[in-house]
Amino acid sequence: MNYQPLSAEDIARRVARDIPNGAYVNLGIGMPMLVADHPVPGREFVLHSENGLLGMGPAPAAGEEDQDLVNAGKQPVTILPGGSYFHHADSFAMIRGGHIDVSILGAYQVAANGDLANWALPGPKPPAVGGAMDLVAGARQVWVMLSTHVAKDGAHKLVARCDLPLTGLACVDRVYSDLAVIDITPHGFVVTDMVAGLSLEELQAKTGAPIQLADGCRPLRANRAA
Amino acid sequence: MIDKRVGSLADIVADCPDLRDGATMLIGGFGDAGVPEKLIDTVRDLGLRDLTVVSNNAGSGDYGIAALLKAGCVSRMVCSFPRSAGSVVFEALYAAGKIELEIVPQGTLAERIRAGGAGIPAFYTATGYGTPLAAGKETREFEGRHYVMERAIRADVALIHARTADRWGNLTYPKTARNFNPIMAMAAATTLAEVRRFVDTVPPEEVVTPGIFVTRMVEVGER
Repeated sequence: MNYQPLSAEDIARRVARDIPNGAYVNLGIGMPMLVADHPVPGREFVLHSENGLLGMGPAPAAGEEDQDLVNAGKQPVTILPGGSYFHHADSFAMIRGGHIDVSILGAYQVAANGDLANWALPGPKPPAVGGAMDLVAGARQVWVMLSTHVAKDGAHKLVARCDLPLTGLACVDRVYSDLAVIDITPHGFVVTDMVAGLSLEELQAKTGAPIQLADGCRPLRANRAA
Repeated sequence: MIDKRVGSLADIVADCPDLRDGATMLIGGFGDAGVPEKLIDTVRDLGLRDLTVVSNNAGSGDYGIAALLKAGCVSRMVCSFPRSAGSVVFEALYAAGKIELEIVPQGTLAERIRAGGAGIPAFYTATGYGTPLAAGKETREFEGRHYVMERAIRADVALIHARTADRWGNLTYPKTARNFNPIMAMAAATTLAEVRRFVDTVPPEEVVTPGIFVTRMVEVGER
């Protein structure tokens, strides 16, 4: 392998660079939360947590946890100056009403038309959806972060058509993986950034639907901001 | 004189005809934040059966909603996220086919409850369109976008947790423990509140739930 896949931190750093100054952003549970650790100097964005918090800050110091102040993953957090608390109907009015600029989520599958599957896997466990369907229906932009471009068993995550239960139709705008940044366009997957040393043919083999290279496609490099 | 305060947990559930077998019950909280645990324990001890419980989660460990489930009081759960690290009681009942589950997107759940309290029987939302959770539901197109019709939720009883209250039932909430509590207070025939601290008056500009939505309250102290 003559290329180096991005780490989760590298992907988070790359995502953070695309968040415009002043944006209201919802970060999904898990990997998307890493984006909060990579602020871009000179820019401010406000984190929304759907349980009823704007201006979410980092985790508290050990011993400072407050069970009344948690995020959507039920983890203790803090609130920053300028933050606010509100009830669930207001919180999802922010989401459904188009007031959240960017929703960043994980996924099992993303289709070339922007369909998303990220809430249910086959099995005996009871289903659980949380706010994912509201976020993808309501946020102005929906970005997906994938820690790996393909699943551990080699199955494609970027597919022609999702075969897992859908979270939303034609809702994903962009995908950030350990290998590439891919826009979802009316013409399907368009690669705007790709790790240095990876060929388009290699990336195509790891992608379950046709990909095109954008004009001016940029190299991604591990362990650096660029 | 209006005074919705009662002296004990036993008093708050006394002579309350809406607390009955088969009742639909809204229970506030998100994870462990803002869950009315003392009210839930009190209701559990009434030995009710066949309850429908509407709450974001399905409890964890063996306390709160999990204890209510374990005691066999609940035949149906309506929630957005029944599965969590400690949701062993719910998962066991679900696996054994002993409890019915209606899964609802979190924002749709909140709005169905809000609508119930606001006298709106149903509404349209884009959330869930084209997914398994919209199966069998009426849909309609507005200005080129597809929406799903969702029905309001109204309940017999709401159990909620608040921070401060005055004798009129005006409530404030602690931080993100607010979550579902204010909208659930609006959507039940009887709303019972456990309150950390009674005060003479809640300053009017700080009231989150106006007293009109509250039936009875009990003081439970700081957590």
